[in-house]
Amino acid sequence: MEATITLHVDGYRRELTVDTRTTLLDALRDRLGEYSPKKGCDHGQCGACTVLADGRRILSCLALAVAQDGAHVTTAAGLAQGGGGPHRVTRAFLEHDAYQCGYCTPGQICSAVGALSELEAGMPSHATDHPDAPVRTTDAEIRERMSGNLCRCGAYPAIVAAVREAAQ
Amino acid sequence: MKPFDYTRAHDPASAVQTVAEEPGARYLAGGTNLVDHLKLGVAAPEHVVDVRGALDETVTELEDGRIRVGAAVSNSALAAHPLVRSRYPLLSAALLAGASGQLRNAATTGGNLLQRTRCPYFQNTTTPCNKREPGSGCSAREGHGRDNAVLGVSQECVATHPSDMAVALTALGAEVRVLGPEGERGVPMPGLHRLPGHRPEHDTVLEHGDLITAVDLPALPLAARSTYRKVRERASYAFALVSVAAALQIREGVVADVRLALGGVAHAPWRAHHAEQVLRGEPATEEAFRAAADAELAQARPGADNAFKVPLAVNTICATLRSLTTQEDR
Repeated sequence: MEATITLHVDGYRRELTVDTRTTLLDALRDRLGEYSPKKGCDHGQCGACTVLADGRRILSCLALAVAQDGAHVTTAAGLAQGGGGPHRVTRAFLEHDAYQCGYCTPGQICSAVGALSELEAGMPSHATDHPDAPVRTTDAEIRERMSGNLCRCGAYPAIVAAVREAAQ
Repeated sequence: MKPFDYTRAHDPASAVQTVAEEPGARYLAGGTNLVDHLKLGVAAPEHVVDVRGALDETVTELEDGRIRVGAAVSNSALAAHPLVRSRYPLLSAALLAGASGQLRNAATTGGNLLQRTRCPYFQNTTTPCNKREPGSGCSAREGHGRDNAVLGVSQECVATHPSDMAVALTALGAEVRVLGPEGERGVPMPGLHRLPGHRPEHDTVLEHGDLITAVDLPALPLAARSTYRKVRERASYAFALVSVAAALQIREGVVADVRLALGGVAHAPWRAHHAEQVLRGEPATEEAFRAAADAELAQARPGADNAFKVPLAVNTICATLRSLTTQEDR
């Protein structure tokens, strides 16, 4: 079964016909040649495929492409656009050497961008003292909010430092 | 993955009509569990009906003080909603203890209730599982049994329900609004999820075609002093070994009212009615908490690998209630 859909990827309108079984991740990588979202576990357990869909971070491996018809998708590569050089989160990852092999990095960066806008919106997390307490940007908050992104090289201390700097 | 047709539903009634008429049709909302099941071969629908855009995604206060949560409200939006944060902190806390930021953004209220067990034998199509393939046997009973249920188990199934949110809703006594081919009805919690018995393939009392449209939270002043405590193998992004949702009202040192529900221990979120009964009218002391928790867990039937869950549940109940006795009023 096939369906023709439109995705707005990193600011570009892309029309494509997909098998209904295609995930957003596979559509981005295999059909549109957007390789910054990575396939790690493909089961929603590692976070390597994280993208922003209509501004919110999601796992592209657990989203059907047909269900995202019309969505505005931002990948880590697309964050750089707009003429101002790399995104502040990307710059912070570079400055803090927040990676080793780099495979999880695009997902980490998209997740951090999403996490920071959730923090700015005052959304609580499991690390917040009480669900109704004001939210502060602490290392515990950053770790909790980034827990959906695994780094098998173990670059976590530098990732936390990068996100902390980008939050300021 | 088997090929399937995909339809985006525009209203709940037409979605119900479509799915009720087709035995091979399934609803899709956030997809965080179903899409994984499609890949694993655990689910193989012929027709996927996407209801996310057809369902309400707002949280509204009803005239009688109840709060209505649309079935399409995301887990992250519900956890962050001011009415939920202030009136039902245990619900916010439970949602925030589940999954990851990415998953909570995609997952919906209705879908969270209908997610299926993470029992590894259920998710592995090469092993027998009565829930996935009725009559094939239970691999978990004699297999890796650390995560198995200890309360309400049957010979056929020892799986646990994975939702954190459902544990909080069970403590609150929420009502699930369901639209079926015969019309709309309310299903109370506890009561939506079943114990396995001889038919573990049925997680809930819902029939094919039934669609969750909303969840109603009762006006419950008691819930303002409430919390959710989750014990797991790592500090974040893991399912519960044991979890406790609790609300506590103390007057002059005595337990005036209490709500208690457990996660990670049964096929359904477990309302600890027995412990609640034991506790009401008792002094709010460690001894009374322990006696109530012991009374609830007296009916536990653990296996070889998960006996630790019984004292863990008792201790977690005590710790959760203790934390509520010292919690400042907000």
